[in-house]
Amino acid sequence: MITGDARHALEVAYRTEARHVLATLIRLMGGFDAAEEALHEAFAAAAEQWPRDGVPVNPYSWLVSTGRFKTIDRWRRQARLAGALPELAALAGTAPEITMPEDIQDDELRLIFTCCHPALAPDARIALTLREVGGLTTEEIARAYLAPAPTIAQRIVRAKAKIRDEAIPYEVPARAELPARLESALQVIYLIFNEGYTATQGPSLMREDLCAEAIRLGRLVVELLDESEALGLLALMLLHEARRPTRIDAAGDLILLENQNRALWDRGLIAEAQGLIEHALASRRFGPYLLQAAVAAVHAEAPSVGETDWAQIVALYDVLLRVDPSAVVALNRAAAVGMRDGPAAGLASIDAALKQGGLDDYHLAHSARADMQRRLGLAEAARVSYQRALELTRQPAERRFLQARLTQLDAEFATVRN
Amino acid sequence: MRYACLIYFDPQKAFNQSPEAEAVLRDSEPYNAELTASGHMVAAHALTLPQAAMTVQVRDGKMSATDGPFMETKEMLGGIVLIEARDLNEAVRIAGGIPFARLGFVEVRPLVDYSQPRPTL
Repeated sequence: MITGDARHALEVAYRTEARHVLATLIRLMGGFDAAEEALHEAFAAAAEQWPRDGVPVNPYSWLVSTGRFKTIDRWRRQARLAGALPELAALAGTAPEITMPEDIQDDELRLIFTCCHPALAPDARIALTLREVGGLTTEEIARAYLAPAPTIAQRIVRAKAKIRDEAIPYEVPARAELPARLESALQVIYLIFNEGYTATQGPSLMREDLCAEAIRLGRLVVELLDESEALGLLALMLLHEARRPTRIDAAGDLILLENQNRALWDRGLIAEAQGLIEHALASRRFGPYLLQAAVAAVHAEAPSVGETDWAQIVALYDVLLRVDPSAVVALNRAAAVGMRDGPAAGLASIDAALKQGGLDDYHLAHSARADMQRRLGLAEAARVSYQRALELTRQPAERRFLQARLTQLDAEFATVRN
Repeated sequence: MRYACLIYFDPQKAFNQSPEAEAVLRDSEPYNAELTASGHMVAAHALTLPQAAMTVQVRDGKMSATDGPFMETKEMLGGIVLIEARDLNEAVRIAGGIPFARLGFVEVRPLVDYSQPRPTL
């Protein structure tokens, strides 16, 4: 019975503590590889000792100190065999105090900032964050990104080598550096979320795991840093997540916002997001994530598309365009103008956005244009635009949606002609 | 998951009594012991030189056997370490500790998971 309890405690500890223990060990051991070795040794020792001696009161502290001790002990033995290593003596000599539980999250935050360091390639940041902070295996990351495992493994190996060779510090950046470093970390978190949210290919379970992990990371950052953009990103992800069950039908096809069953939106998540947005707006610092979250919140509050406060959405996009003058934001604003002022104004706005450049190869620009043309009764022009959109996307659900729109258009057009 | 670490090296470099080669040969057994202690080890075997080998094949129901592989390459498959690791990156880290990696190279191959469909090429 004792053995069974200990085994259960060990499994629970692995699930709940391994990530925190690793994050602390990276700081104490001064590197990823040594920390991974130490983590492994700690759990191997726990498997041996917990059934015999009982489960420690604080598994985290036990695992950290055991892993550290066992690894340094093994290094000592190796050093004796291979001739003394000078740096080892220094490391073994210093005995940093094992941190109290309230510092555990600090270590995880350090780890996020190190894994998302701008010196690393964007792909490497994502893979490293998912493995080291998220606890996913290389093979799981590869499955989620539909990439061969060796490709992901190599990214991780190279990123770790770069962290070591360039001595990227393991710390939460100082105030002056924070905005740029936070931007990189938030971007990684949002990319992970989007990968889970938008892709309609691949094993769906893994996709949902990516979203859940991105939200967990978002919460972690928010708990430790009261930064407006971090709050905005978390709110934005929660608002997307609240609508997730209603955005794809049983056949895997996309359901437009106007057709989603709003009764199924998760009101708890929406309320949490609204609280975060209000708190962030009070700081008077409006970044792109916060403004996008505010737009999503207006949608979430509306009982239907018709009853949506489109004037407020256009106003939010106006501010967003000043902070982030990108073609995609201009397109979103134009689509909102179409809802506020009607399809003629919308089409003019979309054409103006297209004229600014950068949207010619973006399928959603042509599909938004087609929608306005359809609503204006310009069937032939709408057909050309839908077809252009279809040429530009390979995503199966998007393609099925566009095909359906074309078929629908043919039906409507035929009726008009008759 | 289980991974095979296939160790390749040039026997001319491994058995020439150089200090480097001697160190690799001396460190190999302790590293295996370490992997056993840490729970990563499944099995480790060293292979004799290709001169001791026979190559067998069956064509049209007839077996033929020839001596040695005697391939052009200087690097030979000299050892196999079968390990248990959390993922490919952990397997790579463990393979990087194999002393022969300093002399030749180690190929890390995941073992086939029979719950997955067979590859179609």
